[in-house]
Amino acid sequence: MGKLFGIVLVIIALASAYPIATHMYVMPEDISTHGHAIDDQLSDTMKEAGFSFLGAQLVLAFFVFKFAHRKEGSKLTHLPGGAKLMVTVAFIIVGAEVFALGVLGQKAWANVYFTPPRPDALQIQAQAGQFAFYFRYAGVDGKFGVIHPDKIDEGNQNFFGLDPANDIESRDDIVSGELAIPVNREVHLLMHAKDVGHSFYVRELRIQQDFVPGLDLSVHFTATKIGKYEIVCTQLCGLGHYNMKAYLSVMAQDDFEKWMKQKASEL
Amino acid sequence: MRTKNIFLAGVAILAAATMTYAVPGGGTVSGKITYEGTPAKQKPIDMSKEPSCAKQYATPPTTETVVTGPNNALENVVVYISAGAPDEAAPSQAAIFTQKGCRYLPHVLAFQVNQELKVLNEDQTSHNIHPLAKINREWNKSQPPGTPPISDKYDKMEFIPVKCNVHPWMHGTFAVLKNSHYAISADDGGFKIPNLPPGKYTVTAFHESYGEQTQDVTIAGSETKSVNFVFKAKPY
Repeated sequence: MGKLFGIVLVIIALASAYPIATHMYVMPEDISTHGHAIDDQLSDTMKEAGFSFLGAQLVLAFFVFKFAHRKEGSKLTHLPGGAKLMVTVAFIIVGAEVFALGVLGQKAWANVYFTPPRPDALQIQAQAGQFAFYFRYAGVDGKFGVIHPDKIDEGNQNFFGLDPANDIESRDDIVSGELAIPVNREVHLLMHAKDVGHSFYVRELRIQQDFVPGLDLSVHFTATKIGKYEIVCTQLCGLGHYNMKAYLSVMAQDDFEKWMKQKASEL
Repeated sequence: MRTKNIFLAGVAILAAATMTYAVPGGGTVSGKITYEGTPAKQKPIDMSKEPSCAKQYATPPTTETVVTGPNNALENVVVYISAGAPDEAAPSQAAIFTQKGCRYLPHVLAFQVNQELKVLNEDQTSHNIHPLAKINREWNKSQPPGTPPISDKYDKMEFIPVKCNVHPWMHGTFAVLKNSHYAISADDGGFKIPNLPPGKYTVTAFHESYGEQTQDVTIAGSETKSVNFVFKAKPY
Protein backbone atom coordinates (compact mmCIF):
# COMPACT_ATOMS: atom_id res chain seq x y z
CA MET A 1 0.00 0.00 0.00
CA GLY A 2 2.83 2.44 0.90
CA LYS A 3 4.63 1.69 -2.36
CA LEU A 4 1.43 2.32 -4.32
CA PHE A 5 1.02 5.67 -2.52
CA GLY A 6 4.57 6.64 -3.54
CA ILE A 7 3.80 5.81 -7.19
CA VAL A 8 0.48 7.72 -7.14
CA LEU A 9 2.29 10.72 -5.63
CA VAL A 10 4.79 10.75 -8.52
CA ILE A 11 1.96 10.53 -11.06
CA ILE A 12 0.00 13.41 -9.43
CA ALA A 13 3.11 15.61 -9.20
CA LEU A 14 4.06 15.05 -12.85
CA ALA A 15 0.47 15.46 -14.07
CA SER A 16 0.17 18.80 -12.22
CA ALA A 17 3.45 20.07 -13.63
CA TYR A 18 2.70 19.01 -17.21
CA PRO A 19 0.17 21.71 -18.23
CA ILE A 20 2.37 24.44 -16.79
CA ALA A 21 5.63 23.13 -18.22
CA THR A 22 4.10 22.79 -21.71
CA HIS A 23 2.34 26.20 -21.50
CA MET A 24 -1.04 24.61 -22.01
CA TYR A 25 -2.70 27.74 -20.63
CA VAL A 26 -1.27 30.72 -22.45
CA MET A 27 -1.17 34.15 -20.88
CA PRO A 28 -3.49 36.72 -22.45
CA GLU A 29 -1.86 38.97 -24.98
CA ASP A 30 0.37 41.67 -23.51
CA ILE A 31 -0.47 45.15 -24.85
CA SER A 32 1.71 47.28 -22.58
CA THR A 33 5.30 48.43 -22.66
CA HIS A 34 6.01 47.16 -19.15
CA GLY A 35 4.09 43.86 -19.42
CA HIS A 36 7.00 41.73 -20.63
CA ALA A 37 8.86 42.34 -17.37
CA ILE A 38 5.83 41.15 -15.41
CA ASP A 39 5.50 38.11 -17.68
CA ASP A 40 9.20 37.26 -17.27
CA GLN A 41 8.85 37.57 -13.54
CA LEU A 42 5.77 35.34 -13.50
CA SER A 43 7.59 32.82 -15.63
CA ASP A 44 10.64 32.86 -13.30
CA THR A 45 8.41 32.45 -10.26
CA MET A 46 6.60 29.57 -11.93
CA LYS A 47 9.87 27.81 -12.83
CA GLU A 48 11.33 28.23 -9.38
CA ALA A 49 8.13 27.19 -7.62
CA GLY A 50 7.62 24.34 -10.10
CA PHE A 51 11.09 22.86 -9.53
CA SER A 52 10.71 23.17 -5.75
CA PHE A 53 7.27 21.55 -5.92
CA LEU A 54 8.43 18.67 -8.11
CA GLY A 55 11.60 18.15 -6.07
CA ALA A 56 9.71 18.06 -2.76
CA GLN A 57 7.05 15.69 -4.09
CA LEU A 58 9.58 13.31 -5.64
CA VAL A 59 11.69 13.17 -2.47
CA LEU A 60 8.53 12.53 -0.45
CA ALA A 61 7.47 9.78 -2.88
CA PHE A 62 10.95 8.22 -2.72
CA PHE A 63 10.92 8.04 1.09
CA VAL A 64 7.36 6.72 1.19
CA PHE A 65 8.26 4.08 -1.41
CA LYS A 66 11.52 3.01 0.20
CA PHE A 67 10.54 3.01 3.85
CA ALA A 68 6.90 1.99 3.58
CA HIS A 69 7.47 -1.46 5.05
CA ARG A 70 9.88 -1.27 7.94
CA LYS A 71 10.88 -4.68 9.21
CA GLU A 72 9.88 -5.60 12.74
CA GLY A 73 12.62 -4.73 15.20
CA SER A 74 14.78 -2.79 12.76
CA LYS A 75 16.51 0.21 14.23
CA LEU A 76 15.29 3.77 13.51
CA THR A 77 17.88 6.01 11.92
CA HIS A 78 17.86 9.82 12.15
CA LEU A 79 19.38 12.49 9.99
CA PRO A 80 22.26 14.15 11.81
CA GLY A 81 21.22 17.26 13.77
CA GLY A 82 17.62 16.17 14.27
CA ALA A 83 14.55 18.31 13.73
CA LYS A 84 16.24 21.53 14.77
CA LEU A 85 18.78 21.40 11.96
CA MET A 86 16.10 20.46 9.41
CA VAL A 87 13.92 23.43 10.42
CA THR A 88 16.92 25.78 10.26
CA VAL A 89 17.89 24.53 6.79
CA ALA A 90 14.30 24.81 5.54
CA PHE A 91 14.06 28.32 6.96
CA ILE A 92 17.24 29.42 5.19
CA ILE A 93 16.25 27.81 1.86
CA VAL A 94 12.71 29.21 1.83
CA GLY A 95 13.95 32.61 3.06
CA ALA A 96 16.57 32.77 0.32
CA GLU A 97 13.97 31.82 -2.25
CA VAL A 98 11.50 34.49 -1.19
CA PHE A 99 14.26 37.08 -0.89
CA ALA A 100 15.62 36.24 -4.36
CA LEU A 101 12.16 36.49 -5.92
CA GLY A 102 11.63 39.81 -4.19
CA VAL A 103 14.95 41.24 -5.38
CA LEU A 104 14.44 40.04 -8.95
CA GLY A 105 10.78 41.01 -9.00
CA GLN A 106 11.48 44.47 -7.74
CA LYS A 107 12.61 45.44 -11.25
CA ALA A 108 9.25 44.56 -12.78
CA TRP A 109 7.39 46.30 -9.99
CA ALA A 110 9.59 49.40 -10.01
CA ASN A 111 8.91 49.88 -13.71
CA VAL A 112 5.31 50.75 -12.89
CA TYR A 113 5.39 52.05 -9.36
CA PHE A 114 8.77 53.61 -8.58
CA THR A 115 9.18 55.69 -11.69
CA PRO A 116 7.25 58.90 -12.29
CA PRO A 117 5.15 59.21 -15.44
CA ARG A 118 6.47 61.35 -18.27
CA PRO A 119 5.48 64.99 -17.86
CA ASP A 120 3.44 64.88 -21.06
CA ALA A 121 1.53 61.75 -20.06
CA LEU A 122 -2.22 61.96 -20.64
CA GLN A 123 -3.87 62.58 -17.28
CA ILE A 124 -7.11 60.71 -16.73
CA GLN A 125 -8.98 60.49 -13.49
CA ALA A 126 -10.60 57.16 -12.66
CA GLN A 127 -13.36 56.93 -10.12
CA ALA A 128 -14.64 53.62 -8.79
CA GLY A 129 -17.98 53.44 -7.05
CA GLN A 130 -20.57 50.78 -6.45
CA PHE A 131 -20.81 49.38 -9.14
CA ALA A 132 -19.24 51.18 -12.06
CA PHE A 133 -16.08 52.94 -13.18
CA TYR A 134 -16.14 56.47 -14.53
CA PHE A 135 -13.28 58.31 -16.20
CA ARG A 136 -12.69 62.04 -16.42
CA TYR A 137 -10.60 63.97 -18.93
CA ALA A 138 -9.58 67.56 -18.30
CA GLY A 139 -11.06 68.91 -21.54
CA VAL A 140 -9.71 71.76 -23.67
CA ASP A 141 -8.42 73.85 -20.76
CA GLY A 142 -6.25 70.98 -19.53
CA LYS A 143 -7.52 71.46 -15.98
CA PHE A 144 -9.73 69.25 -13.88
CA GLY A 145 -12.60 71.00 -12.10
CA VAL A 146 -12.71 70.62 -8.33
CA ILE A 147 -14.68 67.69 -6.92
CA HIS A 148 -17.53 68.36 -4.48
CA PRO A 149 -18.76 65.03 -3.11
CA ASP A 150 -22.03 66.65 -1.96
CA LYS A 151 -22.80 67.56 -5.57
CA ILE A 152 -22.64 63.98 -6.85
CA ASP A 153 -25.90 63.42 -8.71
CA GLU A 154 -25.92 60.17 -10.64
CA GLY A 155 -29.37 60.72 -12.16
CA ASN A 156 -27.91 63.80 -13.81
CA GLN A 157 -24.70 62.06 -14.88
CA ASN A 158 -22.71 64.14 -12.40
CA PHE A 159 -20.73 61.15 -11.16
CA PHE A 160 -17.73 63.16 -9.96
CA GLY A 161 -19.62 65.90 -8.11
CA LEU A 162 -18.65 68.77 -10.40
CA ASP A 163 -20.05 72.25 -9.95
CA PRO A 164 -20.20 73.78 -13.44
CA ALA A 165 -22.45 76.61 -12.20
CA ASN A 166 -19.65 78.09 -10.07
CA ASP A 167 -16.53 76.38 -11.29
CA ILE A 168 -15.56 77.25 -14.85
CA GLU A 169 -12.73 74.69 -15.03
CA SER A 170 -15.18 71.84 -14.66
CA ARG A 171 -17.44 72.94 -17.52
CA ASP A 172 -15.36 71.29 -20.23
CA ASP A 173 -14.44 68.18 -18.24
CA ILE A 174 -15.34 65.05 -20.17
CA VAL A 175 -16.78 62.17 -18.18
CA SER A 176 -17.10 58.76 -19.74
CA GLY A 177 -18.01 55.24 -18.70
CA GLU A 178 -15.44 53.95 -21.16
CA LEU A 179 -11.70 54.47 -20.82
CA ALA A 180 -10.58 55.66 -24.25
CA ILE A 181 -6.85 56.20 -24.69
CA PRO A 182 -4.51 56.80 -27.62
CA VAL A 183 -2.14 54.01 -28.58
CA ASN A 184 1.57 54.39 -27.78
CA ARG A 185 1.06 57.34 -25.48
CA GLU A 186 1.67 57.16 -21.79
CA VAL A 187 -1.42 57.45 -19.60
CA HIS A 188 -1.31 58.57 -16.00
CA LEU A 189 -4.40 57.25 -14.26
CA LEU A 190 -5.30 59.09 -11.04
CA MET A 191 -7.46 56.79 -9.02
CA HIS A 192 -9.92 57.36 -6.23
CA ALA A 193 -12.79 55.40 -4.73
CA LYS A 194 -16.14 56.98 -4.06
CA ASP A 195 -17.34 54.54 -1.44
CA VAL A 196 -15.51 51.29 -0.66
CA GLY A 197 -12.40 49.48 -1.88
CA HIS A 198 -12.36 48.51 -5.57
CA SER A 199 -9.71 47.39 -8.00
CA PHE A 200 -8.69 48.30 -11.54
CA TYR A 201 -7.64 45.20 -13.43
CA VAL A 202 -6.87 44.92 -17.13
CA ARG A 203 -5.13 41.62 -17.73
CA GLU A 204 -3.82 42.63 -21.16
CA LEU A 205 -2.19 45.69 -19.56
CA ARG A 206 -0.74 43.53 -16.75
CA ILE A 207 -2.07 46.06 -14.28
CA GLN A 208 -4.03 45.39 -11.14
CA GLN A 209 -4.28 48.26 -8.72
CA ASP A 210 -6.64 48.71 -5.80
CA PHE A 211 -8.71 51.81 -5.21
CA VAL A 212 -8.65 52.70 -1.52
CA PRO A 213 -11.19 55.19 -0.16
CA GLY A 214 -9.39 58.31 1.05
CA LEU A 215 -6.15 57.62 -0.81
CA ASP A 216 -5.03 59.22 -4.06
CA LEU A 217 -3.33 56.38 -5.89
CA SER A 218 -2.11 56.31 -9.44
CA VAL A 219 -0.63 54.06 -12.10
CA HIS A 220 0.93 54.87 -15.43
CA PHE A 221 1.18 52.72 -18.50
CA THR A 222 1.50 52.81 -22.27
CA ALA A 223 -0.76 50.63 -24.40
CA THR A 224 0.77 49.38 -27.61
CA LYS A 225 -2.08 47.71 -29.43
CA ILE A 226 -5.36 49.14 -30.72
CA GLY A 227 -8.41 47.25 -29.49
CA LYS A 228 -11.10 46.91 -26.88
CA TYR A 229 -10.29 45.28 -23.56
CA GLU A 230 -12.23 44.61 -20.41
CA ILE A 231 -11.62 46.48 -17.14
CA VAL A 232 -12.93 44.54 -14.17
CA CYS A 233 -13.15 45.16 -10.45
CA THR A 234 -11.21 42.47 -8.63
CA GLN A 235 -11.88 43.57 -5.07
CA LEU A 236 -15.12 42.24 -3.64
CA CYS A 237 -17.08 45.47 -3.21
CA GLY A 238 -20.69 44.45 -2.60
CA LEU A 239 -23.73 42.84 -4.13
CA GLY A 240 -23.15 44.14 -7.65
CA HIS A 241 -19.41 43.39 -7.69
CA TYR A 242 -19.85 40.69 -10.35
CA ASN A 243 -21.21 43.32 -12.71
CA MET A 244 -18.66 46.05 -12.05
CA LYS A 245 -16.79 46.47 -15.28
CA ALA A 246 -15.94 48.93 -18.00
CA TYR A 247 -14.12 48.84 -21.30
CA LEU A 248 -10.72 50.11 -22.28
CA SER A 249 -10.59 51.33 -25.88
CA VAL A 250 -7.11 51.79 -27.23
CA MET A 251 -7.42 54.01 -30.31
CA ALA A 252 -5.23 55.51 -32.98
CA GLN A 253 -4.34 59.12 -32.14
CA ASP A 254 -6.75 60.65 -34.67
CA ASP A 255 -9.60 58.33 -33.61
CA PHE A 256 -8.96 59.37 -30.04
CA GLU A 257 -9.15 63.04 -30.99
CA LYS A 258 -12.42 62.39 -32.81
CA TRP A 259 -13.76 60.60 -29.75
CA MET A 260 -12.80 63.54 -27.52
CA LYS A 261 -14.50 65.98 -29.90
CA GLN A 262 -17.64 63.85 -29.95
CA LYS A 263 -17.69 63.73 -26.15
CA ALA A 264 -17.08 67.48 -25.91
CA SER A 265 -20.03 68.14 -28.23
CA GLU A 266 -22.30 66.26 -25.83
CA LEU A 267 -21.51 68.62 -22.95
CA MET B 1 -75.62 75.00 24.10
CA ARG B 2 -71.90 75.05 23.50
CA THR B 3 -71.75 71.26 23.32
CA LYS B 4 -74.53 71.32 20.77
CA ASN B 5 -72.66 73.84 18.62
CA ILE B 6 -69.54 71.71 18.66
CA PHE B 7 -71.64 68.68 17.77
CA LEU B 8 -73.26 70.52 14.87
CA ALA B 9 -69.89 71.74 13.66
CA GLY B 10 -68.63 68.17 13.77
CA VAL B 11 -71.58 66.96 11.72
CA ALA B 12 -71.01 69.74 9.22
CA ILE B 13 -67.31 68.83 8.87
CA LEU B 14 -68.16 65.17 8.41
CA ALA B 15 -70.77 66.02 5.81
CA ALA B 16 -68.31 68.24 3.97
CA ALA B 17 -65.67 65.50 4.08
CA THR B 18 -68.11 62.97 2.62
CA MET B 19 -69.14 65.37 -0.12
CA THR B 20 -65.62 65.94 -1.38
CA TYR B 21 -65.21 62.34 -2.53
CA ALA B 22 -64.58 62.02 -6.27
CA VAL B 23 -67.74 62.01 -8.28
CA PRO B 24 -67.79 61.53 -12.04
CA GLY B 25 -69.02 64.63 -13.72
CA GLY B 26 -67.48 66.95 -11.12
CA GLY B 27 -65.20 69.86 -11.88
CA THR B 28 -61.83 69.71 -13.58
CA VAL B 29 -58.52 71.40 -13.01
CA SER B 30 -56.39 71.53 -16.12
CA GLY B 31 -53.51 73.57 -17.32
CA LYS B 32 -50.00 73.63 -18.67
CA ILE B 33 -46.60 73.42 -17.06
CA THR B 34 -43.87 75.49 -18.63
CA TYR B 35 -40.41 76.74 -17.77
CA GLU B 36 -38.62 80.03 -18.24
CA GLY B 37 -34.88 80.32 -18.64
CA THR B 38 -32.48 77.73 -19.99
CA PRO B 39 -32.77 74.20 -18.65
CA ALA B 40 -29.69 72.03 -18.15
CA LYS B 41 -28.68 70.14 -21.27
CA GLN B 42 -29.57 66.48 -20.88
CA LYS B 43 -26.55 64.27 -21.40
CA PRO B 44 -26.32 61.03 -23.35
CA ILE B 45 -26.11 58.01 -21.07
CA ASP B 46 -23.02 55.86 -21.49
CA MET B 47 -24.23 52.27 -21.10
CA SER B 48 -21.07 50.63 -22.45
CA LYS B 49 -20.71 48.64 -19.23
CA GLU B 50 -24.01 46.87 -19.98
CA PRO B 51 -23.89 45.80 -23.66
CA SER B 52 -27.26 44.00 -23.48
CA CYS B 53 -28.90 47.37 -22.74
CA ALA B 54 -26.64 49.58 -24.90
CA LYS B 55 -27.51 47.61 -28.05
CA GLN B 56 -31.21 48.46 -27.65
CA TYR B 57 -30.56 52.06 -28.65
CA ALA B 58 -29.46 53.36 -32.04
CA THR B 59 -28.35 56.60 -30.38
CA PRO B 60 -27.71 56.71 -26.64
CA PRO B 61 -30.72 57.82 -24.61
CA THR B 62 -30.31 60.99 -22.57
CA THR B 63 -30.86 61.70 -18.90
CA GLU B 64 -34.39 62.65 -17.85
CA THR B 65 -33.95 64.99 -14.91
CA VAL B 66 -35.50 67.80 -16.99
CA VAL B 67 -37.65 66.69 -19.93
CA THR B 68 -38.97 69.51 -22.07
CA GLY B 69 -41.21 69.85 -25.09
CA PRO B 70 -41.95 72.54 -27.69
CA ASN B 71 -43.02 76.00 -26.44
CA ASN B 72 -41.17 75.62 -23.15
CA ALA B 73 -43.37 72.70 -22.08
CA LEU B 74 -42.16 70.84 -19.00
CA GLU B 75 -42.86 67.13 -18.84
CA ASN B 76 -42.91 64.75 -15.86
CA VAL B 77 -44.35 67.25 -13.38
CA VAL B 78 -46.62 65.65 -10.79
CA VAL B 79 -49.70 67.83 -10.27
CA TYR B 80 -51.85 66.82 -7.32
CA ILE B 81 -54.41 68.10 -4.84
CA SER B 82 -52.39 68.65 -1.68
CA ALA B 83 -55.19 70.18 0.42
CA GLY B 84 -58.97 70.26 0.27
CA ALA B 85 -59.52 66.65 -0.72
CA PRO B 86 -59.78 63.82 1.83
CA ASP B 87 -57.40 60.87 1.93
CA GLU B 88 -58.66 57.97 -0.13
CA ALA B 89 -58.34 54.20 0.07
CA ALA B 90 -55.89 52.75 -2.43
CA PRO B 91 -57.25 51.41 -5.71
CA SER B 92 -56.99 47.66 -6.24
CA GLN B 93 -54.93 47.77 -9.41
CA ALA B 94 -51.13 47.87 -9.00
CA ALA B 95 -48.86 50.66 -10.19
CA ILE B 96 -46.34 49.20 -12.64
CA PHE B 97 -42.72 50.32 -12.77
CA THR B 98 -40.69 48.66 -15.50
CA GLN B 99 -36.93 48.32 -15.91
CA LYS B 100 -36.26 48.13 -19.62
CA GLY B 101 -33.14 48.94 -21.59
CA CYS B 102 -31.52 49.88 -18.27
CA ARG B 103 -33.97 52.73 -17.76
CA TYR B 104 -37.06 53.21 -15.65
CA LEU B 105 -40.43 53.32 -17.41
CA PRO B 106 -42.12 55.58 -16.60
CA HIS B 107 -39.46 57.96 -15.34
CA VAL B 108 -41.96 59.39 -12.82
CA LEU B 109 -44.55 57.02 -11.37
CA ALA B 110 -47.39 58.38 -9.23
CA PHE B 111 -49.52 56.10 -7.10
CA GLN B 112 -51.44 56.19 -3.84
CA VAL B 113 -50.54 55.40 -0.28
CA ASN B 114 -50.97 51.65 0.30
CA GLN B 115 -51.46 50.98 -3.41
CA GLU B 116 -49.56 47.95 -4.63
CA LEU B 117 -46.35 48.79 -6.48
CA LYS B 118 -45.04 46.17 -8.92
CA VAL B 119 -41.50 46.40 -10.23
CA LEU B 120 -40.77 44.45 -13.42
CA ASN B 121 -37.41 43.54 -14.91
CA GLU B 122 -37.63 43.11 -18.67
CA ASP B 123 -33.87 43.19 -19.18
CA GLN B 124 -31.37 40.41 -19.68
CA THR B 125 -29.38 41.69 -16.75
CA SER B 126 -29.85 41.93 -12.99
CA HIS B 127 -31.10 45.16 -11.49
CA ASN B 128 -31.08 46.27 -7.89
CA ILE B 129 -33.89 48.71 -7.34
CA HIS B 130 -33.27 51.14 -4.51
CA PRO B 131 -35.97 53.72 -3.72
CA LEU B 132 -34.29 56.24 -1.42
CA ALA B 133 -37.23 56.70 0.94
CA LYS B 134 -36.74 58.94 3.95
CA ILE B 135 -40.22 59.04 5.49
CA ASN B 136 -41.25 55.55 4.44
CA ARG B 137 -39.21 52.43 5.06
CA GLU B 138 -36.16 52.28 2.79
CA TRP B 139 -35.31 49.04 0.99
CA ASN B 140 -33.31 47.78 -1.95
CA LYS B 141 -33.91 44.53 -3.76
CA SER B 142 -31.94 42.61 -6.34
CA GLN B 143 -33.92 41.38 -9.34
CA PRO B 144 -32.18 38.98 -11.73
CA PRO B 145 -33.62 38.60 -15.27
CA GLY B 146 -36.68 36.39 -15.50
CA THR B 147 -37.66 36.69 -11.85
CA PRO B 148 -41.24 37.59 -10.85
CA PRO B 149 -42.17 41.23 -10.16
CA ILE B 150 -41.17 42.75 -6.84
CA SER B 151 -44.25 43.86 -4.94
CA ASP B 152 -44.35 46.49 -2.22
CA LYS B 153 -46.38 49.41 -0.91
CA TYR B 154 -45.76 52.66 0.92
CA ASP B 155 -47.89 53.82 3.83
CA LYS B 156 -46.98 57.52 3.89
CA MET B 157 -47.02 60.30 1.33
CA GLU B 158 -43.56 60.99 -0.09
CA PHE B 159 -41.63 61.83 -3.24
CA ILE B 160 -38.98 59.14 -3.46
CA PRO B 161 -35.95 59.26 -5.76
CA VAL B 162 -35.27 55.79 -7.16
CA LYS B 163 -31.91 54.44 -8.25
CA CYS B 164 -30.41 51.17 -9.37
CA ASN B 165 -27.50 49.98 -7.28
CA VAL B 166 -25.96 48.19 -10.26
CA HIS B 167 -26.41 50.80 -12.99
CA PRO B 168 -25.62 54.27 -11.61
CA TRP B 169 -27.27 56.10 -14.51
CA MET B 170 -30.72 54.61 -13.77
CA HIS B 171 -32.83 57.16 -12.01
CA GLY B 172 -36.56 57.70 -11.47
CA THR B 173 -39.09 59.09 -9.02
CA PHE B 174 -41.99 57.61 -7.07
CA ALA B 175 -44.75 60.03 -6.12
CA VAL B 176 -46.74 58.44 -3.30
CA LEU B 177 -49.93 60.49 -2.94
CA LYS B 178 -52.87 60.52 -0.54
CA ASN B 179 -55.71 60.67 -3.05
CA SER B 180 -56.55 59.85 -6.63
CA HIS B 181 -56.63 63.48 -7.81
CA TYR B 182 -53.31 63.70 -9.59
CA ALA B 183 -51.84 63.90 -13.07
CA ILE B 184 -48.39 63.96 -14.64
CA SER B 185 -47.69 66.59 -17.26
CA ALA B 186 -47.42 65.19 -20.78
CA ASP B 187 -44.87 66.07 -23.47
CA ASP B 188 -46.83 69.26 -24.26
CA GLY B 189 -46.76 70.21 -20.56
CA GLY B 190 -50.53 69.66 -20.28
CA PHE B 191 -52.30 68.00 -17.39
CA LYS B 192 -55.90 67.39 -16.36
CA ILE B 193 -57.36 66.43 -12.99
CA PRO B 194 -61.03 65.52 -13.56
CA ASN B 195 -63.92 64.48 -11.28
CA LEU B 196 -63.35 67.04 -8.53
CA PRO B 197 -66.37 67.73 -6.31
CA PRO B 198 -67.11 71.41 -5.67
CA GLY B 199 -64.76 72.87 -3.09
CA LYS B 200 -61.64 74.83 -2.38
CA TYR B 201 -58.40 73.08 -3.23
CA THR B 202 -54.67 73.59 -3.13
CA VAL B 203 -53.02 72.35 -6.30
CA THR B 204 -49.32 71.47 -6.01
CA ALA B 205 -46.93 70.87 -8.88
CA PHE B 206 -43.77 68.89 -8.12
CA HIS B 207 -40.74 68.63 -10.37
CA GLU B 208 -37.80 66.44 -9.40
CA SER B 209 -35.20 69.11 -10.22
CA TYR B 210 -37.15 72.34 -9.71
CA GLY B 211 -39.12 71.57 -6.56
CA GLU B 212 -42.70 72.49 -5.71
CA GLN B 213 -45.18 75.23 -6.46
CA THR B 214 -48.73 75.64 -5.18
CA GLN B 215 -51.88 77.48 -6.24
CA ASP B 216 -55.35 77.67 -4.70
CA VAL B 217 -58.41 76.99 -6.80
CA THR B 218 -62.14 76.88 -6.08
CA ILE B 219 -64.33 74.53 -8.05
CA ALA B 220 -68.06 75.08 -8.31
CA GLY B 221 -70.26 72.62 -10.16
CA SER B 222 -68.79 70.88 -13.18
CA GLU B 223 -66.67 73.76 -14.40
CA THR B 224 -63.10 73.45 -15.68
CA LYS B 225 -60.59 75.73 -14.00
CA SER B 226 -57.31 76.52 -15.64
CA VAL B 227 -54.19 76.45 -13.48
CA ASN B 228 -50.77 77.00 -15.01
CA PHE B 229 -47.36 76.68 -13.41
CA VAL B 230 -44.10 78.23 -14.58
CA PHE B 231 -40.82 76.83 -13.23
CA LYS B 232 -37.51 78.68 -13.31
CA ALA B 233 -34.92 76.68 -15.25
CA LYS B 234 -31.17 76.94 -14.73
CA PRO B 235 -28.50 75.83 -17.20
CA TYR B 236 -26.41 74.19 -14.44
